[in-house]
Amino acid sequence: MTVQTATSPAPGRRSAQPEPPPGRGRLLRTGLRHVRSWPLPFTVAAAFLALTTVAALLAPLIAPQDPQAIDLNASSAPPDGVHLLGTDQSGRDLLSRVLFGARTSLVAPLALLLCAAVIGVALGTLAAWRGGWTDALVSRVTDVMFAFPGLLFVVLIIAVFGDGLTTAVVALALAYSPVIAKYTRSIALSERAKPYIDAYRVQGVSGFSICVRHLLPNLAAALLGYLVLMFGEVLMGMTTLSYLGFGAQPPSSEWGLMVKEGQAAIVQGALWPALVPGTAIALTVVAFNIVGVRVSDRLGARER
Amino acid sequence: MLHIENLTAELPSATTRRPVLRQVDLRVGTGEVVGLVGESGSGKSTTAKTILRMLPDGTRVRGAVRLEGQDILDMDGPRLRELRSRRVAMIHQDPRAALNPVRTIGDFLTERMVHTLGHSSRQAERQALALLTAVGITHPEQRLRQYPHELSGGMLQRVVIASALAAEPELLLADEATSALDVTTQAEILAILREHQRRRDLGLLFITHDLHLASAYCDRVYVMYAGQVVEQAPAHTLFSSPRHPYTAALLGCTPKLGDHTPVRPIPGRPPSLGDVFTGCPFAARCPAAEPACETWQPVHTRTAEGGSAACRLLERHPAESLPTTSPQEVHP
Repeated sequence: MTVQTATSPAPGRRSAQPEPPPGRGRLLRTGLRHVRSWPLPFTVAAAFLALTTVAALLAPLIAPQDPQAIDLNASSAPPDGVHLLGTDQSGRDLLSRVLFGARTSLVAPLALLLCAAVIGVALGTLAAWRGGWTDALVSRVTDVMFAFPGLLFVVLIIAVFGDGLTTAVVALALAYSPVIAKYTRSIALSERAKPYIDAYRVQGVSGFSICVRHLLPNLAAALLGYLVLMFGEVLMGMTTLSYLGFGAQPPSSEWGLMVKEGQAAIVQGALWPALVPGTAIALTVVAFNIVGVRVSDRLGARER
Repeated sequence: MLHIENLTAELPSATTRRPVLRQVDLRVGTGEVVGLVGESGSGKSTTAKTILRMLPDGTRVRGAVRLEGQDILDMDGPRLRELRSRRVAMIHQDPRAALNPVRTIGDFLTERMVHTLGHSSRQAERQALALLTAVGITHPEQRLRQYPHELSGGMLQRVVIASALAAEPELLLADEATSALDVTTQAEILAILREHQRRRDLGLLFITHDLHLASAYCDRVYVMYAGQVVEQAPAHTLFSSPRHPYTAALLGCTPKLGDHTPVRPIPGRPPSLGDVFTGCPFAARCPAAEPACETWQPVHTRTAEGGSAACRLLERHPAESLPTTSPQEVHP
């Protein structure tokens, strides 16, 4: 009985109930109360992202077909009982391909964001801490990178080092790191001016030690919020590269690549091969933006 | 022990039109408590920062700051770090701002011992407990695990003092160390500070805006105005016979218990860094000023009490002392 009332209490009666004993029942109840206080779009977006992540992890188990199995008899078929979201021109099952593609499409942006964060945070902190010519150098370089069209820069790197997913990840990481460096520099400058930093300096603590042990932990929340907010944009950048043919290569079912392959079918009157991965990209990016805005608000990243 | 000689410092900023410090001479002996008093912007904190070389980049400094004969202004990186970590410790005005909010009290205390003084972490923790007990903190084991926001301001200031004592420094700089605390806490902190200063024979530079507090607490007091030392005297004589009109005016600003004469604020405003002086910086606000003061370059005159003051009028009447309560009547 207690479990039932704990999981679905009538809103008006909740306060009248005795406090349930500590344990999983209460954890569930407070958890649910939290979820209920969330705004609806955030809840939906978070649920969608959770679902996408689980689906990507479990893709081999839940995908109805082999994502690479070619069946030319069922080329560009609309959804039916066998292919829930239809097939592409080669007759590959779109649902299975999108599920498997979620792995590449989520992991690649995550990896590149982490690389960009490591570079950007290091440079931003260095610039803010050292000041002087170090700051001037880092700031001018980031300014130049800002002025340079990002995509052009990425394509340039790929032209030099050859295409492929790894090159694309590295190139995008380099392209996004100035953005993170600039943000880190600005919040590190204001944090650096706080008296506790000087208090450590007058104790003779080394600059590196202060940055790593005191400055960065105090920036972590704001940086995390900022990175979550950036994820959608980075995912879009990654799929764009794949769409242009510079990122993931066939037979991968990365979403951007799927859109590229599917667009030929549009001419033949088959919308599904491009629509399915396109929708997946759009929904994921929107969901990340909704979640990102709230998370960064909560972590104080946007008030700065 | 600490010997500041003819120290002049100029900030790089474009809005400052005069040096923040001008020809400052100051001494702190071993085991001596020296007060440094003045309004905000008079250069008290800048003096303390110079001792630790914490002035902003690009500041031009002339003169000498010597600790046991070694010039701090010439020190290289490692020597400077050694100075900051072992020889000079600073107690800040706002202890809450001086502690990293995301680290525990224990981290704050042991970090310095482990990373700059080379103790083992267990040794550091034992010493941290001993120090917390020494500064009168109850349940030290529990406090070590708490965060700065869980402790009161007075508690935190004790923690900061404990941290300052951890390095067993020769010189302690207390920059408005008790100004942010209420009076009862202030008294406790002052007592703790004095006790440890005496026990360890530390030099203490006690910076405050409260002249009464300084003259009661310190052995010797320096009064600063507009980046210059205007008077320097043994603490007990400063209160009864101030020699510089500014010191007298400062005393006249504070209400006294049982004395119903109205408080006399100093006319005018404290000088900003944009103000330039051709002569005595206090001339514009001085009740005793004469036209010649506007062009007189301040020079210290020895006083009978064993101090010195930089007032032109003292050169004429060296024996005359200024009354404390009514600066307007000094030279009618």
